[in-house]
Amino acid sequence: MDALETHRLVIDIPGRAAGRPLDLRVSPGERWGVLGPNGAGKTTLLHTLAGLRAPRAGEVRLAGLPLARLGRRAVARRLGMVFQTSHDDFPATVLETALIGRHPFLSPWHQEGPEDLALAEAALARLDLTHLADRELSTLSGGERQRVSLATVLTQSPQTWLADEPTNHLDLHHQVAIMDLLAEQAAQGSGVMMCLHDLNLAARWCDHLLLLYPDGEACWGPAEVMLVPTVLERLYGQPLTTAMVDGAPVFVPRR
Amino acid sequence: MIVASRVGHGPRLAPLALLALAALLALGLSLALGSVSIPFEALLEVLNGEGEALHRTLVLELRLPRALAAFGTGALLALSGALMQVLLRNPLADPYVLGLSGGAAVAALAAMLAGLGATLVAGAAFGGALASMLIVFGLAHGTGSWTPTRLLLTGVVMAAGWGALITLLLAISPVERLPGMLYWLMGDMAYAASPWPVLAVAAVSLVVMLPLGRTLNVLARGGLQAMALGVAVRPLEWTLYLLASLMTAVAVTTAGSIGFVGLMVPHMLRLRLGNDQRLILPASLLAGGTLLTLADTLARTLIAPQQLPVGVITALLGVPSFLYLLYRSR
Repeated sequence: MDALETHRLVIDIPGRAAGRPLDLRVSPGERWGVLGPNGAGKTTLLHTLAGLRAPRAGEVRLAGLPLARLGRRAVARRLGMVFQTSHDDFPATVLETALIGRHPFLSPWHQEGPEDLALAEAALARLDLTHLADRELSTLSGGERQRVSLATVLTQSPQTWLADEPTNHLDLHHQVAIMDLLAEQAAQGSGVMMCLHDLNLAARWCDHLLLLYPDGEACWGPAEVMLVPTVLERLYGQPLTTAMVDGAPVFVPRR
Repeated sequence: MIVASRVGHGPRLAPLALLALAALLALGLSLALGSVSIPFEALLEVLNGEGEALHRTLVLELRLPRALAAFGTGALLALSGALMQVLLRNPLADPYVLGLSGGAAVAALAAMLAGLGATLVAGAAFGGALASMLIVFGLAHGTGSWTPTRLLLTGVVMAAGWGALITLLLAISPVERLPGMLYWLMGDMAYAASPWPVLAVAAVSLVVMLPLGRTLNVLARGGLQAMALGVAVRPLEWTLYLLASLMTAVAVTTAGSIGFVGLMVPHMLRLRLGNDQRLILPASLLAGGTLLTLADTLARTLIAPQQLPVGVITALLGVPSFLYLLYRSR
């Protein structure tokens, strides 16, 4: 089973001091939430973990090997990334978009076959998108598009999931559905790391948390240890009221 | 749109077969029409190695090389336009957007001004196109990070600079040289010496790009997304840039800067066929070739014996059909 590890990792945010180097280990089955205010470097961290940008220092290892040694294609077969934004400058249907998740597994001369199509269709079904399969991306709502992004990574079915605000644009029901999907992936042996803005989603669905501060400071650990109201208040610079609902803490911003 | 037409290869062949048929028809038409019209049976006889001597000379020595050159040039421009659009992630890009035709034009006009012959003018155009390509390549690299936007800006600014130089050259040229220069600028198949360079480059480019089709589809979704799906984005982008530039340079060298084919053909095809590059690239090649063959046939027959610059015809044919397709699209 592959784990995603960082060794003395410092992400590269121009003009920011190094802060605390990260020594993380996202093991199979773990659900990590990354919390922090705007500009704390959550997206940059995920991109660095995916090997899409170079760290300032340290390294990222997947299955014990540095990302650079593995090569892009090998990384893409094990690690999938849900982006915060998607580009649709060119026409594309929902099914075509899900199907590109198979790209890392196909050689240049191979066409997508029936198995690839079946995987993409299963992913669309899992995300309630079957009825939209032939629709152009440009005609979808923000939330539908977000689900298409998740369907692409589900088609890719990676061992490690990195998701940048996966619940963006989603209605309440689909937020829960997506968090359930990510939890299910973890239960099946994937390591999952997601950036979240919703403390309550993080509190209910994540078993580990990484708090990123704008100055590069960071702390991480099991969720129950990290969900301390005073710590979270300092993280966001926002007073919070805490209540217990169904045995889990609920955080509400105070006016 | 039916799913089956977008996924799997069988259904992809139908539009390509149709376009191939159109290409053959266009080539046949361009062989038959001209100062002397040749009936279809006589044309077949000539192609079989028989027929009248006059017809043989007309078809084999005059019309066929020119028709093939027009087809190859159109194919190159459309293919290179399709690649540029993916490279710059911008459906409005065309082969000239990065200033290549400007560099070629400045060099070619300077050669004409110096009174050099057709071969040297063509050589100068090729050199100018390559020089422009290398300048943009070097400057877009820059000291900072490389992005499609930066490449686009560098190219557009270079193109503007070349435009000023072209105007300057036209302003200082003697009046008797101006018609030739203007025809070159608008694109004219009369300069094509041999059809083989364009045809060969078009064929080789297609063979190089076809296995990259699915990778280009992924790249069209954005650089980061493509990287996350295992694409080595930077090397791919430079390959695209160099190949598209070389194709454009060869096309411009053959026929001057014919506008509109490179922008319009891939874009029109996308409106009808979606954006699978495995279909769009060969379709662009066929449709671009067909369009330019037809346009050139019109250019030399409309007000014969006088010839029109073919670039004018491509635009006049292209603008209404493009607007119609755009209007009809969802």
